[in-house]
Amino acid sequence: MPAHDVLIIGAGLAGQRAALAAAEEGASVAIMSKVHPVRSHSVAAAGGINAAISVDDDWRSHAYDTVKGSDFLGDQDAIEIMCSEAPGEVMELEHMGVTFHRNDKGEMDLRAFGGASMKRTAYVADITGQAMLHVLYEQLMKHHETVSRYEEWFTTSLLLDDAGGCAGAIARDVRSGRMEAFTAKNVILACGGAGQAYKPTTNGLIVTGDGIAMAYRAGAPLMDMEMVQYHPTCLVETGILITEGARGEGAHLLNSNGERFMEKSAPNKMELASRDVVSRAEQIEINEGRGVGPDGAGILLDITVVPRKRTLEALREIVNLGKDFAGVDITREPITIRPGQHYIMGGVKTDVDGRTPIEGLYAAGEVACVSVHGGNRLGANSLLDTLIFGRRAGEHAAARAASMGMPRADANAKLREDAAQIDSIIARPRDARRVSEIKSELGETMNRKAAVFRDEEGLQSARETIARLKEEAEKAWIDDRGTVFNQDVLGAIELGFMVDCAEATVVAALERKESRGAQYRTDYPERNDEEWLKHIDISLNADGPTVSYSPVTITQWQPEERKY
Amino acid sequence: MAEAHDRPPEQFKLRMRRYDPESGQAPYWDEHTVELEPHRSVLEAVLQAKDRFDGSIGIRCSCRQAICGSCGVRVNGEPALACHTHLDAAKAGAREGVIEIEPMGNMPVIKDLIVDMDAVHWKKIQRVTPWLLAKQPVPEREYLVSKEAMVDVTQTMACIQCGACVSDCLAMEVDPGFIGPAALAKAYRFVGDPRDDQQFERLNDLAQDPQGIFDCTHCFKCVEACPKDVNPMGQIMRLRRIATGDHHIVDKNNGERHEQAITGLVRNYGLLHEAELIPRSYGGNSWFAKFTPAAGKELLSSLPVVIKGVLRGKVSPRIAIFGHKIPAQDLKAVQSIYDKIEGRPERYELNLYVSGEDEDATSASTGAEGSVSQ
Repeated sequence: MPAHDVLIIGAGLAGQRAALAAAEEGASVAIMSKVHPVRSHSVAAAGGINAAISVDDDWRSHAYDTVKGSDFLGDQDAIEIMCSEAPGEVMELEHMGVTFHRNDKGEMDLRAFGGASMKRTAYVADITGQAMLHVLYEQLMKHHETVSRYEEWFTTSLLLDDAGGCAGAIARDVRSGRMEAFTAKNVILACGGAGQAYKPTTNGLIVTGDGIAMAYRAGAPLMDMEMVQYHPTCLVETGILITEGARGEGAHLLNSNGERFMEKSAPNKMELASRDVVSRAEQIEINEGRGVGPDGAGILLDITVVPRKRTLEALREIVNLGKDFAGVDITREPITIRPGQHYIMGGVKTDVDGRTPIEGLYAAGEVACVSVHGGNRLGANSLLDTLIFGRRAGEHAAARAASMGMPRADANAKLREDAAQIDSIIARPRDARRVSEIKSELGETMNRKAAVFRDEEGLQSARETIARLKEEAEKAWIDDRGTVFNQDVLGAIELGFMVDCAEATVVAALERKESRGAQYRTDYPERNDEEWLKHIDISLNADGPTVSYSPVTITQWQPEERKY
Repeated sequence: MAEAHDRPPEQFKLRMRRYDPESGQAPYWDEHTVELEPHRSVLEAVLQAKDRFDGSIGIRCSCRQAICGSCGVRVNGEPALACHTHLDAAKAGAREGVIEIEPMGNMPVIKDLIVDMDAVHWKKIQRVTPWLLAKQPVPEREYLVSKEAMVDVTQTMACIQCGACVSDCLAMEVDPGFIGPAALAKAYRFVGDPRDDQQFERLNDLAQDPQGIFDCTHCFKCVEACPKDVNPMGQIMRLRRIATGDHHIVDKNNGERHEQAITGLVRNYGLLHEAELIPRSYGGNSWFAKFTPAAGKELLSSLPVVIKGVLRGKVSPRIAIFGHKIPAQDLKAVQSIYDKIEGRPERYELNLYVSGEDEDATSASTGAEGSVSQ
């Protein structure tokens, strides 16, 4: 049975950064991912990473922008840590080899991004996430003697010891179908968000809430799950993302009358207001009949106002995306976009070292909720979040491992349980619904009823639908009976994870009877600091999801009206 | 706008190569008909078949937008990302209108469309010391490097490790040990990075390796296959130019001498003088090369091929001995190209991210300018 000081589940930016940090502290490290690490969805992060590295910038300005962006729901102690450590972390990545774009002096160039009071986004063309992910993977290859890689291993559940602490995980080698129990002194969840619970979404097909659901089932509370970010610029049909970098470079948003409608809701920042504000403004234009396209369900993003040479150099990926996925040359004509599910601010509740309330269990990146994003994440803060809290979790877990023995848990019992679960999915009779049908209905329900605008009636009906889908998911049948690369059976397990995440989101959204950040309740359209300046925590009890609250940490910025 | 995208769904026939390693059966073809708008991708078609008809179809995929690099396959025999290939285009290129989807080549198949990339692709990547060997001391802030240099290596950074170039590499088909296009492009990402301290060592290693930079046969297959315009062959040629031109690395594979021989002969004769090529590639770039032992031995061993060529009329004895003759003014024109290029103060490389003039309507949309040495 493999045993490690630190077992990291998920190998995107947070996971790989955690692995390097833990290895540097001298821990024995394993990193496990259901896909090859460079396929992780961090690869799709385009625009850049925020850090106050400019000589006339200050991390406090970055922190304030983040607090304001979060609609004052972010925990300010965590935000201070993230923003003050950002410049050093970005330099560290530069030293590892990330090919950050330079200015004429040879220093890192910075671009403008939404919700930021000055240019502070470092970037690699519009493949920043890819460049960072691949460079971190270079480092993992370099450190192959101290970091064991389990690539294409699917984690089915967390292993708990008798005291309820985390003692490892059960996983299936996707390639062979072999099940294995991994014991570990510490487990770091770094396996991303749950975007596939929405349809459409900008997220890849692998983003199915695995880590959130596994932690939730193991007893860890989830926080801020109602806060689901809709990105303002997604292709209408497929939901594919057009980077905020486009607006950072100066692109305009236009309604069917050709008006820059952002004037109404954000006269100062215009297109570079925070994402919740822009998405809402777009949805209002669409709802009030000023949208474009066949169903009037789109908005025009006009990148032709950016000098063509600059677009070709700095936005090359979306030039290709426009051409290949929408048939539009963005340097010559506007492209039709709309808001689309992009990110979940919520996740497994952690402290600033990535620790969850479960002993030995950490979380970092989108799977976690520290909470640095609160009600709304600023563009280019997610890459930063993954690195800072991935590193901190890795360091903390390694230090903890140094002072303890390998925990004992009945790994074999859990292993047999998970193996039996997989066998039973494969053996299900074909008299219910297919996994794909249920997934599709779940995604459409969430996108209709737990989206940019929400109300009691819609959320209640979503909750009922999810309850039904949850039952159906337990009987959903699959075709593949094999063991080698049985993606079908993994899909059935993922469906269960997504249903749990969706349920927590809807329960939290019903609970929060106000409008803040990404949560806009048409039946409670105002922000209500007196009653709702607090986090909503969702825990899984015998009766299902249970709500509790935790305070928002405020250090130096008192809540104020949010204007852009 | 985008009129093509208002077309209604159509039926598309897919013919997929299936293989179940647990069945004991040989690979077979499996057909499904799907219904999608013509501009949708081959990946969406495969996923529709998987969702509706047969969940056991194996394909790696995630992002659906040509950035994660998971869904490398062959469509109608050509390597491609399934998510990056439109159904209408695939159908147009299909035999009898049936879109054929197979696993990539040059790598063992695990199941259906899933190949073993670890056994080939990633092993080769690891061969090129794929991490920065940073110049010391490490500065407190960022390394100060030129904008152009960073943009330049970003072209190879843009490689998504999909394996399409590996799938189609003809040199690798003949010599499976060839380091190959993806890994050598990755090598350029460090060789071209001014922050790396080991440019000479990296190049010397790759030049001396018989399966290194001189094993590429310039077939352009990888350039065509690459969905991200990384231009792997172009990167290999740049590795050669820096190895030979800047570092004067003379390799034991005669790669450097062979290049010198070709450029020297074309300069002197206007066309390649084949009979001189072998001796010069082995004995150095001079008429006397044929009298060196290495060249003599190689000449002797190639005699049967030469005689066969003469007997079959492919080579005339006169040309074999004296070389081609071209008119004097043409020779002068060829030589003036050499003078012009060599007279430039620095080597000029075009790159994916540094495009032509704003007025140039084609350069951006085709992406075909790639990296061409001028």
